[in-house]
Amino acid sequence: MEQHNTATPHVLPLSLYFTVAGTLFVLTGITVAVSFVHFGEFNIIVAMLIATIKASLVALYFMHLKYDNKLFMAVFLSSLIFLGLFLTLTMTDTMHRGDIDPIKEHPIKKEAIIYDK
Amino acid sequence: MEQAEKHPSYLQHHFADMAQQTDAAKLGMWVFLVTEVLLFGGLFGFYTFFRAWYPEMFMEAHKYLDVTMGTTNTFVLITSSLTMALAIRAMQLGKKKQTIAYLAGTLFFAAVFLVIKYFEYSHKFHMGMLPGKFYTFEGIQAANPHIFFSVYFTMTGLHGIHVIIGMIIITWVMIRTMRDEFSPEYYNPIELTGLYWHLVDLIWIFLFPLLYLIG
Repeated sequence: MEQHNTATPHVLPLSLYFTVAGTLFVLTGITVAVSFVHFGEFNIIVAMLIATIKASLVALYFMHLKYDNKLFMAVFLSSLIFLGLFLTLTMTDTMHRGDIDPIKEHPIKKEAIIYDK
Repeated sequence: MEQAEKHPSYLQHHFADMAQQTDAAKLGMWVFLVTEVLLFGGLFGFYTFFRAWYPEMFMEAHKYLDVTMGTTNTFVLITSSLTMALAIRAMQLGKKKQTIAYLAGTLFFAAVFLVIKYFEYSHKFHMGMLPGKFYTFEGIQAANPHIFFSVYFTMTGLHGIHVIIGMIIITWVMIRTMRDEFSPEYYNPIELTGLYWHLVDLIWIFLFPLLYLIG
């Protein structure tokens, strides 16, 4: 029956859940407040930084990644690595598409109703 | 024969013990969540590439989203994540009534989220801020504003579908809890539902600043 003990749940204290939720609320407030201050390029960086902290809190505590088998963490992080690869490699095209043959801004979807007038 | 008698009904015969079964089930769920991240990843790409091409249009168009409603929905979804986590904790302690109450709370907050989303959507439908060729709103001067609303509706729409599916699954595990199918030894379906629900929250945590708080 010794193995059975490994299956008994690891119960986290109630205060931990409320602290995490409270922190998520505060961070949401901060990210909204900061969005009304204009830093230009830095707005998106600050917003993504706060969102990443919030997401990490949800994943580590609510989703128990901190306490569970570390294999789950590796599996989940692999999805983020591949997402990063996908976005980064595609951005190298997106940002430099006009470098060789200049492209002009023009309506993309000509059949859209707004272009009928 | 003694081994077979000790085998509880919720332990599938191909697993050696509960720990192995639980770990296998959770691993399967995490692999599914990976596919979910990549599914939304395509849409995050859609967002990133078009925002890189039309930064001014994104800046102008996003002002037509309601920050108050978006912020309220963020709080609502975080609260629903908390009640979901507490439902699992209650079942870990064998408190059946608490589990049902927390699951009902999660369902309630999910419903509130959808109601607020409905008001946001109906306002945009009314104003003609619709995706792609259905776009008729004339208040935005920058080029290609319909693309912002294509991004908005596909991302929040797919997320909304996930909320609805989550509600169906939560209802299902709630009924199973009422039928006494779970115990501190076996509550895996509630835990996996929780993982799914937290991922839905996690995706909204990124959608909210990207769409509503461009700056």
